[in-house]
Order: sequence, then C-alpha cells, then structure tokens
Amino acid sequence: MTEDTVLLDRGPSADAGTDPVLQVEDLRTYFDTRDGVVKAVDGLDFSVRPGEILGVVGESGCGKSITSLSVMQLLPRPPARFASGRIMFKGRDLLQASEDEMRRLRGNEISMIFQDPMSSLNPVLSIGDQLTEAIILHQGLSSKQAMDHAIEMLDLVHIPEPRRRLKEYPHQLSGGMRQRVMIAMALSCNPSVLIADEPTTALDVTIQAQILALMEEIRDKLKTAIILITHDLGVVAEMADRVLVMYAGRKVEEADVVEIFERPQHPYTRGLMRSVPRLTTDFSEAREQRLSEIPGIVPALTNLPKGCTFAERCAFATDRCRAEYPAIEPKKPDHVAACWESANLPDWTL
Amino acid sequence: MTETSETPLLEVKNLTKHFPIRGGLRNREQARVYAVDGVSFSVHAGETLGIVGESGCGKSTTGKAILRLEDPTSGQILLKGNDITHISRREMHPYRQQMQVIFQDPYASLNQRLRAGEIVGEPLGNYGNLTPTERREKVADLFARVGLRQDAMHRFPYEFSGGQRQRLGIARALALNPEIIIADEPVSALDVSVQAQVVNLMMDLQEELGLSYLFIAHDLAIVQHISHRIGVMYLGKLVEITDKQSLFRSPQHPYTEALLESVPIPDPRKRKARKVLKGDVPSPLKPPKGCNFNTRCPFAVDRCFKEEPELREVAPGHMAACHLR
Repeated sequence: MTEDTVLLDRGPSADAGTDPVLQVEDLRTYFDTRDGVVKAVDGLDFSVRPGEILGVVGESGCGKSITSLSVMQLLPRPPARFASGRIMFKGRDLLQASEDEMRRLRGNEISMIFQDPMSSLNPVLSIGDQLTEAIILHQGLSSKQAMDHAIEMLDLVHIPEPRRRLKEYPHQLSGGMRQRVMIAMALSCNPSVLIADEPTTALDVTIQAQILALMEEIRDKLKTAIILITHDLGVVAEMADRVLVMYAGRKVEEADVVEIFERPQHPYTRGLMRSVPRLTTDFSEAREQRLSEIPGIVPALTNLPKGCTFAERCAFATDRCRAEYPAIEPKKPDHVAACWESANLPDWTL
Repeated sequence: MTETSETPLLEVKNLTKHFPIRGGLRNREQARVYAVDGVSFSVHAGETLGIVGESGCGKSTTGKAILRLEDPTSGQILLKGNDITHISRREMHPYRQQMQVIFQDPYASLNQRLRAGEIVGEPLGNYGNLTPTERREKVADLFARVGLRQDAMHRFPYEFSGGQRQRLGIARALALNPEIIIADEPVSALDVSVQAQVVNLMMDLQEELGLSYLFIAHDLAIVQHISHRIGVMYLGKLVEITDKQSLFRSPQHPYTEALLESVPIPDPRKRKARKVLKGDVPSPLKPPKGCNFNTRCPFAVDRCFKEEPELREVAPGHMAACHLR
C-alpha cells in the first residue's frame, strides 16, 4: 500500500486481514429472450469482508442490480440462467443452494434494502407485523419476544416512539421513515451481508444524509459487510471503502476508494467522474465550462460489440480495443482495470 | 403592451396554490394543502433561474401554475408585463407560444403513437400557417439543432433512449421559438453521462437563441451549473433567492446551509463528519406556525415560533426569509 492510500480520518473500516464473507467468482447471469441471450452479468468477480462497504457504481443496464438479485437468488429461472460462476457465502455456493436453504439465509444472514421503500413494504400489514415476521421465522422467538426485538430495532434506526410506530401502516410514514423501517427489517436478524440497492435514490438530500449516517453507524456497531449499489459518485466517495465500476455487465475497474478517485485507470470511470457537476464556490469560469460528456449510449446487451464494449464511446480506442475484449489486470497495487490503453492514458485531472 | 427594458420576461407575484381536501356529507373543505404559499420572483431575458427544493416543497406546482396547467389560488403571473393569471384558454393561446415546457419523464410526456417528426411538428400545426414542406424543413432543422439524426424523424418514441427522448422533448419545446422554457426536473431521470449531454445542449441553445429558463430541480450541483440565479423553496415558500455566487458562497437561510451541507461530495479525501439535519419535512397540510422551518432549524429562537419571517433583502440583491439575518 502506498502512503497515499492510508487515510487516518476515514473511521473504522474493514480489517484487511479478515477473510471475505461473500465471494463472487466468474458470475455469468444470462437471460434467454426472443431477441437473443442478454448477458446481464458477464464474468464478474468480487468479494466483500466483514465491516467493509463495497460501492458498486454504474449506469442503468450495467448489471449492478442483477448482480444483487443473483446473490439473493431472487431471479426466476428461466428466463434467468447462470452460465457459470460461484457465489461463496460462508463456505457454501449459493448457486447450488436449494430454495429451502436460500429461504433460511435470505433476510437472516444476507438481507437487502431496495430503492423504493413504498413498493417493498406490504401496504396492508402493520410495521410491527412486517418487522416481526422475519424474526419469528428465523430466530424462533415468540411473538411477544419478537415485538420487543422489533422495538429495539426501530430504536437502533432512530425511529422516535417505536412502540406507537409498530401499530402504524407504511402509508402513515414519510419516505425517510419507511427507508429506516426497511433497514430495521433488513438488520433484524443481524445479517453478515447487507445489500443496499440505491437505498437513498428516492430520498431528498437532507434525508439521504440521515440514512447514510445510519448505515455507517450500523456497519461500525455490527460489522456488517455492506454492498452499496448506486449511480451517485458522491455517495460512493463518502461511504465506500472499495469501489467497483461496472459497464455493460462487466467489471471494468476496482480499487480502494481514494485510489480510484485519484488515479482512475479506465476511460469510462474517468468519463463518469468528469460528467458529474460538482458544487463549487469558485465561479471564475464555472458556467463557461461545459460538462464533459460521454458520447453515445450504452450498447444493447443482446448485441454487444466484439471487442471492448466501451470502445465505440472511448476517445482512446485502438484497433486492438475494437477487436479484443481487454483482460482485467492489475494496473497499480490493489487496483485492477479492463483497458488495453490504461498505460497510455493522460495523467488524471478533473 | 407594457413592455419596457426593465420589464422582466416572467414575473411571479405572491403566487399561491392551495389544494382543498373535501369530504364529508356536504363535500365541504376539510383541510387545505398549502402547496405554494406566496412565492414571488422574476426571470429576465436570457437568464436561467434555478428553483431547488426537496420533494413536496411546491417547486413543480409553481411551474405548473405559471404554465396555467394549474389555476393559481391567488397572486399574479406576468409574461412580458401582461397579466396571464386568470385569462381564458383562448386568450392564453398566443402566450403559450412564448412559454414552453420540458417535463421530467421523457417516457410519459411523448405520445407513443406518433412518430418523432410528428411529435416535434405538432406545435407548428397548432400555430402559424406553414406549408407541409416548410413544416418538414423546420422539423428537420429542429432535429439538427438538438443533435438528433434526420432519419430519427420516422421512428416512434419507444425506439429512442432516455437521453434521445429528452432531446425530442426539447425540440418540441423549441418548435415555436419560445422566449422562456419551464423545465421541470429535465435531467433527473437520465444517467449521469447522458445528463451532461442534455445540460450542455440546454446551455448551448440558450446561448444561440437567447432563451430564458426556469429550471426546476432537486440536484443542487446541476442547478448550480446551469443557473444564473437560484431560489430555494421549502414547504411552499421561497426561503432564499439570489445570484448563484452569493448563494453558494454565503447562504443566508439555515435551510439552504443544511441543503448544501447534505450534498455528498464526489471526493473521498473531503469526507467530513456529517452534519445531519434532524427530522422530516412537516406536512404541507399543517405547516408550522411562525417560520415553517422551525421544527428542524438548529438556531430557532422564540420569535421563529410566533412570527413568520418575510423574504427581505439581507445583502445587496440577496433575499432571505429568516429572523436571524
């Protein structure tokens, strides 16, 4: 590790020595459709350690949500199919697990929170019923004990008057409150892995700040491994220990958060970072500057180009890029990227 | 016409939009949603005024009231000095030409049964008397202007990506050479790389055509990038409005400060202890007495619970509604 990558004020994070709690190897999630095979996830490797926040970044259709649904085994087969891969969780391969085994894991050892808390909560069940369901199922508590535990969980996620809230229904809560309830539910069985798929995208910024603070607090207290899926580079920069960038179903870059923001090695990562406007107080030429664009659009997953899938939008693409998909290789210590040209990219500045 | 050089292109005075909630046997008004509650601002020619605020703050309702898609409860809307607040649909017709709209969702706001060329050409049929050839030329010109290929004219909306659909929406808005475009969250449904394309396009068009924008959005960084002046709304009220330099360098309202503080910075070296604004936005059914931010404001004093602060000039050209300034 170079001295640059060590940051003292970043709070507790994963202990590099511990083994990963979840390890995904060569995952290929394909969908058989009338238009052909959609390679939604195509050869993905990643792992996450206890207490670590792994940020997964990419735009719509990059496969980030399909990855999380694959880990949770929530995809109907068919049309989904796993062309290859292993998802190792505590010594077991989840791709080989029976539905019964998965049911024991889901919401218990691995849980998930979604973008839209309104559509993921059951509108006709009270908060208390929904919270205690998993606790009774997985932990075998009586309903009285489960209620007490539910109150503790609501307390943990800072919901005021938890006893009263238990009797309320989702529509009586604000968006931020609902997302807290979702988090309380996801954490109620003390999972080792929490997958958060765009957990704050539907929320206002002041509420987003509350939820992000809560997720950090929980990681510190419970050492939960968190996979944070988001399109928001600001959220990633503030939360993640490590960042994985996906494009058209594949990992194109992965590194420690400071490393990737300071020395991005893939033109797509660079393009993403440049295209977000940043808050500034220096207006000398700010408005005159154009935002940098990534030209073109994401290719259709049914009809991916032969070589690098980013080549047609990339200013640095060569003939080799158009012919051959680049292997994902270490470019710097602890920093991998899939780009033939990363050694020839100009020095990085925003 | 009362137009003079000082007349703003668009002026909104004390605009109010309340939605009554009716119920009971006699269908009487039971309660009232104070969606927009006394908002005043103006937009000058060639200028972009950004309106920011969180969901439910009334920013979209403000836009709809200005477009007369919602009838204002009270207040005044002046377009080039002409009062359009209560005029009839027919009287509104010529003004629609000067004031166009771009919506958030390019999926929902385009007619799925019309070809792209027809969508863009439709306003031309409603106004003016172009021959079919002239109309085709004008549409081709608009496609080129927003960066769409000519052969795209024959395709249907579902054949376009999100960014291209938003380009279509912009082309349609430009068809009548409007002077001001009300853009309600025009890029928030788009991926970041495509957002940049659309924001750049809007800024280029402004430069070429001298357009004004009322740019309504919740993303502060984008609003900062595109706007000249910015107004911040909270619970139906404008709490601060000024040029963008002053707003970001010295925000005067505690809510604006909190908003700026909450935006995540895409730089991991700038991580800081998060100053989190507590609590939720109160219901617009029952806005708090006094200052409507008093339930969440860390600085609130007695007076803030009793007396509503007026939007007043706290520094040259810088308006804020806070007793403590």
